[in-house]
Amino acid sequence: MNRRFLPYGERAVLLELDSIDHVLGAYAAIQNDPPDGLEDVVPAALTLLMSFTDPEALSAALPALKEIDTTPRAAEHGELATIGVHYDGADLSEVAALTAMSIDEVISVHSGAEYTVAFHGFAPGFAYLIGLDDRLRVPRRPSPRTAVPAGSVAMTGGFTAVYPRRSPGGWQLVGHTDTPMWNEDRSSPALLGPGMRVRFEAL
Amino acid sequence: MTSPFTPRDAVRCDRTITVIEPGARTTVQDLGRPGYAYLGVGRSGAADQRAFAMANRILGNAPGAAALETTLGGLAVRIDRGAWLCVTGPMVEVLRDGAAVGVRTAFYAPAASEVRIGLPPRGMRNYLAVRGGLDVPVVLGSTSTDTLGGIGAAAVTAGDVFGIGTAAVGDIAGVDVFPAADPPDVIELVVDRGPRADWFADDAWAMLLRTRYVASANSDRIGVRLDGPPLPRVIDAELPSEGLMQGAVQIPTVGTPVCFLADTPTTGGYPVLAVIRRTSLPDLAQTRPGQAVRFRAG
Repeated sequence: MNRRFLPYGERAVLLELDSIDHVLGAYAAIQNDPPDGLEDVVPAALTLLMSFTDPEALSAALPALKEIDTTPRAAEHGELATIGVHYDGADLSEVAALTAMSIDEVISVHSGAEYTVAFHGFAPGFAYLIGLDDRLRVPRRPSPRTAVPAGSVAMTGGFTAVYPRRSPGGWQLVGHTDTPMWNEDRSSPALLGPGMRVRFEAL
Repeated sequence: MTSPFTPRDAVRCDRTITVIEPGARTTVQDLGRPGYAYLGVGRSGAADQRAFAMANRILGNAPGAAALETTLGGLAVRIDRGAWLCVTGPMVEVLRDGAAVGVRTAFYAPAASEVRIGLPPRGMRNYLAVRGGLDVPVVLGSTSTDTLGGIGAAAVTAGDVFGIGTAAVGDIAGVDVFPAADPPDVIELVVDRGPRADWFADDAWAMLLRTRYVASANSDRIGVRLDGPPLPRVIDAELPSEGLMQGAVQIPTVGTPVCFLADTPTTGGYPVLAVIRRTSLPDLAQTRPGQAVRFRAG
């Protein structure tokens, strides 16, 4: 198993692993037993960035981090969120054409899978979900939209996601949800956190 | 972003500050919002934490009391019932009802007085703090406006009214003027190696350290872009997105550095060659377009 600790300045380190499953394993281990002085953790496709309050906290934490358990956690352990989707996206027929499927098949394949929240990026509450069926692998739109409406359900590459707020975006839009993905009045503002499971339900 | 402050928000405070002119770009800032990067929320906070901290120290405020961060001055405010204020950051003309009051020192602004911040001859960002702090909504533990993530209040506009809070915890500093240096001609940033140094040619690190860069006009609270010779890459593959943080020196495909400042995205897809030390971030925050920038190994 590849496990590399890459230097990231005076008070952070980047842990590089073989797969998103190992990243989520390491992320779960860090969450269960956070080292002293840990300030921020960013899980991503193949890496986990860990930043500390100061260089001393990083040095103190490194020996234990080297032993961190990166065993992928079984998917069924994650909390499940079900998100109702109106499959009426602006790119639905384009996706059907690109995948040589009917619109009904696209909807049935997208809503038939169980996804895992891999990581957040791009914008607050923008969760990259993995587990998309290979048949739905489509490229980004040739030119991004300047304003994707909040709640848009979208996909590209091996990922699917819900835009938490109105923003620019280049993913293919297949539908929209009325479920708020981001609410700053909640103690945890994002509906989805890394490691959670997600199902989309066609409304 | 939530809507700008209105008189309605400030009505519960018995003292207020009204914005007459917002300047080029003025936002509310504090110590920032650590701990939420895993949800895509960056740290944000005052770009020049040194100047921000000084303002609150001079006024006897709690360290995280919210203040206004200006970009190249231009802010004018009216004080309704009298308050102690302080402007920090680079040397700049500060006028109270037309009379100069100076920077890095507390001054009293009586009821109905007007305070104006001019254009700083050097540097980029000044802080206007009030004794008691600004009473503004806290989002995820911070009052900061994150211009990238859209968290916190929108940028300040004319007519915004801020309540004055209760964050005063100590005495006003008993000195006339705090010693502080203005930004030098050449900004020097202390860096350590970043995670993707091996994506560049062997001499890229040495080249980074010996090049005299020029700050681009295309710079903001998200990052300072530098113009100079492109750094040669040896790995041309696309980097899967990975974590970013304040101080990261990312090298996009064009080969010239982007130094991430306060409103850093939490992930990015270009290799990070170096990371600026926290003690140099205030200097980065005061780097003006056209100014020379050098990197020094820590």
